[in-house]
Amino acid sequence: MDTKSRSMQSALGRARGLGSAKADAAGHWSAQRITAVALVPLALWFVFAAVIGNIDADHAAFRAWIAQPINATLMMLFIFTSFHHGALGMIVVLEDYVHAPGAKHITIMLAKMAAAAGGLFCAICVLTLALGG
Amino acid sequence: MVEFALPPNSRIKPGKTWPASKGATNVKAFRIYRWDPDKGGNPTLDTFHVDLDDCGPMVLDALIKIKNEVDPTLTFRRSCREGICGSCAMNIDTDNTLACLKPIHEIKGSVDIYPLPHMAVVKDLVPDLTHVYAQYEMIQPWIKTDTPAPTSGERLQSPEERAKLDGLWECVLCFCCSTACPSYWWNAERYLGPAILLQAARWVFDSRDEATGERLDMLDDPFRMYRCHTIMNCTATCPKGLNPGKAIADLKIAMFERAV
Repeated sequence: MDTKSRSMQSALGRARGLGSAKADAAGHWSAQRITAVALVPLALWFVFAAVIGNIDADHAAFRAWIAQPINATLMMLFIFTSFHHGALGMIVVLEDYVHAPGAKHITIMLAKMAAAAGGLFCAICVLTLALGG
Repeated sequence: MVEFALPPNSRIKPGKTWPASKGATNVKAFRIYRWDPDKGGNPTLDTFHVDLDDCGPMVLDALIKIKNEVDPTLTFRRSCREGICGSCAMNIDTDNTLACLKPIHEIKGSVDIYPLPHMAVVKDLVPDLTHVYAQYEMIQPWIKTDTPAPTSGERLQSPEERAKLDGLWECVLCFCCSTACPSYWWNAERYLGPAILLQAARWVFDSRDEATGERLDMLDDPFRMYRCHTIMNCTATCPKGLNPGKAIADLKIAMFERAV
């Protein structure tokens, strides 16, 4: 604890601070765990079916494979779950270590934006491949 | 950013060395953190050589012997000397524990003693507990009910309901766990820490209490409870053998259950 920053506010007032955020902290926590569990089969599918299963495939063969609805669906699920899980984890790390108010809010916002943009880009790539074009 | 190194005014310098009494044959070195607010300057590490043949078995016995016989200015908290009051919590041989429960013979080499980590120091081995006590007050550690107390006497609890408090009521609030927790080091302003969360669990899981929802509302915050990343230093260091990590996990499950 940094004593230099201690004001004349009472210890209890200081501990209570701005109060409980009630910002769905429980939702964040459970989403992190649910996405982690979902990523176990999805990541196995990605490595063994999508990557190793297509290791010798040319562009046309891979396109035919991803055009199958089940593969496109699983790929999209893998993408959204990974980016969601990654963003949730990144936010926790930033909250832990970045304390300056401006830097904290900006880095958390950037983490969310990067995850949204990355996920969207990957999803559009899958759709482009799967639906032709 | 989080501070990973000690600020320059907290860096520890070598201090005085005190020899053992003449004729002592079973001597152990105690290297003790010293800082005096009246003198200012940086903290030092003083070395006291203690004759173990003329000293009780616990680290607290050696501290009391040093204070009585060598340096009366050595400052530390102590009271019950049997692990009930939680006063003599300090960092001994790299672990947070109670000096009265830590046998000297368990420690190889010199006995290195520091105040509880990452707390402001009042003097020597005495940390400033103002903020943790305020956090304790914040969770309102008393029974809250709307139902009037029965005229026949006490509020009843089944043996099963009472058993849910085992592992929680034994906490002596020494704060060994909170000050061993990296999450508490980085975010003590807002994170309640394992000791206070274990106490919160003690009231959330008390069947006689009627403010369970209100208590969980208070914890529904990304910092107050969810800074716990199950590092488990709390459970590893607890001198009473309790499991604050599990108490926090149980609170998280309770929070989840009320939402699904």
